[in-house]
Amino acid sequence: MSCKSCDCNQPAQPERRSFLGGSVSVIASMTILPGLVLHEVKAKPDDQRISDKNRWGILIDTRKCTTECDACVTACHNKHGIETHGRPDKDPQWIRKLKVEDPLTRKVSSFPIMCQHCEHPPCADVCPTGASFRREDGIVLVDRHLCIGCRYCMMACPYKARSFLHEETENPLPHTPRGKGTVESCNMCVYTVDKGGIPACVEACKLEGHQAMIFGDLNDPESEISQALLREGGQQIREDLGLNTGVRYQGIN
Amino acid sequence: MKNPVEYLEIELNKSVLTFLAIVAAVLGAGLLAALYMEHEGHWVTGMSNQIVWGLPHVFAVFLIVAASGALNIASIGTVFDKYQYKPLGRLSAWIAMALLVGGLMILVLDLGRPDRLIVAATKYNFRSIFAWNMILYNGFLFFTGIYLWFMMDYKMYKHYPKAGFAAFVWRLILTTGTGSIFGFIVARTAYASALLAPMFIIMSFSYGLAFKMVMLKLACRFDGRELGEKILFRLKNLLGTFVGAVLLMTIIHHLTNLYWAKAHDYEIWILTSGGIYTAVFWIGQIGLGTLLPLAIFYHPTLGRNRNLILLGALLVIIGGLAQMYVTIIAGQAYPMPLFADKIVSSSFYDGVVAEYHPSLPEFLLGLGGFALTILATFVGMRVLRLLPSSLSDQVVDPAHSKD
Repeated sequence: MSCKSCDCNQPAQPERRSFLGGSVSVIASMTILPGLVLHEVKAKPDDQRISDKNRWGILIDTRKCTTECDACVTACHNKHGIETHGRPDKDPQWIRKLKVEDPLTRKVSSFPIMCQHCEHPPCADVCPTGASFRREDGIVLVDRHLCIGCRYCMMACPYKARSFLHEETENPLPHTPRGKGTVESCNMCVYTVDKGGIPACVEACKLEGHQAMIFGDLNDPESEISQALLREGGQQIREDLGLNTGVRYQGIN
Repeated sequence: MKNPVEYLEIELNKSVLTFLAIVAAVLGAGLLAALYMEHEGHWVTGMSNQIVWGLPHVFAVFLIVAASGALNIASIGTVFDKYQYKPLGRLSAWIAMALLVGGLMILVLDLGRPDRLIVAATKYNFRSIFAWNMILYNGFLFFTGIYLWFMMDYKMYKHYPKAGFAAFVWRLILTTGTGSIFGFIVARTAYASALLAPMFIIMSFSYGLAFKMVMLKLACRFDGRELGEKILFRLKNLLGTFVGAVLLMTIIHHLTNLYWAKAHDYEIWILTSGGIYTAVFWIGQIGLGTLLPLAIFYHPTLGRNRNLILLGALLVIIGGLAQMYVTIIAGQAYPMPLFADKIVSSSFYDGVVAEYHPSLPEFLLGLGGFALTILATFVGMRVLRLLPSSLSDQVVDPAHSKD
């Protein structure tokens, strides 16, 4: 293609083309970046200690969560290799959809429930060996090497968020250590979070377009989760127990 | 200070050997059941992610609670200086240790990872009442062992009251700790009560004494030793008092729950509409385990029948197991309240009463704990001088001979 403004037989103005391309990029960046910046979860370098500078949490807007959708459950169980053996009372569930109906208003809510990552986790309090513990950044975990399978943590958890692995796991995934005879629960996809990512359930909810779950740093007042909590507040399940959960809900009532 | 009572090892006659062979077979079956569950995983049991503690815990907690209660007879003799009970001090201490070991065997073999016992023994989370209990169990064996040694060794005999007092204090702490395992579970409606700690202490008096009476009766029968009416009726009356005290605490516990609005639904469920749990409570715990033994013990003629007294003690044990079943299983089966005033459902059995069908291996493991206790009791009586050669009225109450 040649220049049409003159007959110089030069190629069509590359400066103008790059200018136009650059302008589009800048405008696009200016439109998208604020959102990206607000959603940003800072990755922690591997050699840096976990600290209480962050308090990871998830906010679930039950008004955006639909009864039919269980993308969060599927994503979680796929990511962690949680298989079923056709024994629903014994098969582990790291996350489940809860249907809650108000008998007065007949209003029905549906939303996921998982480990609530309490600031004062009863599971960690009762664990005799310290296998259940809370990281300084608020994520509650089970050390499978220390768990003796006494199940006292399951007795103590108010959310029934823990499962006992009743049988051998088939094809355990390298990033999710599991073992027969030990207790397990949602780990907030800790290895992904440590690399700056977000939990599988939150990601799946976004991909489905519901945007019902926000993951972020509760200690950062500028984070999306903190901003959303500031705007509309957030409810804890069994708030009466004073556990200060890391998972909060909106719109249950 | 000289102990005037003569103690002798029991004879290994045909009756004892036959009885112990059966008990050993039960223990063997229990151990095989544990091996099977460990190998296959807990999916072969009736336990699930809803009922996480099952029949093994019913047996284990019963035995552990009974352990501290069995020591009570020794404590009454030593700490409260009731001379009629002193001849039974050695056997009480031994049975107490045997009961604890039997209960702990069940607990350990029911762990998801029993091979990690070393972890439990070396890693302690001191915020956990369970971890404290492990220390309390070991302490109980230590203090009771010392107490028994001092009772049996003439060189140390003068110190045995101090050892007995230490063991008595430790046993009270131990049962408080066992009760607190449930009392500290704030999430579940059936638990979360400070009443459970003293209630477990009262329960221990009853269960431990009932078990001790059965063992004593069996040993005396097998070995042809006299068991006088003085001690037998005294033990029977004491057991009646303890059974009544447990009933009182049970009533207070339920009344307390009825007073709290948050526990109304649970109370109505367990007392009236809880199906198998309501049946186990009324028929097992209250009917067979409380009212019937009380009727036997305090009846003017039935209460003097030795076989019926033995039956009464066995009924107290059955009632105790029923009470443990209601406490442990029903407490988990009742749905946890996530929202106080809403109807909740999920694929994980939220909002519904969880089902539990105990399996044979669980039952055998539980029985295995009892078998180990019984076996240890008789082995102890065979190799150590634990049982007085006679428990006649003259031995138990020397004043009687002056009559």
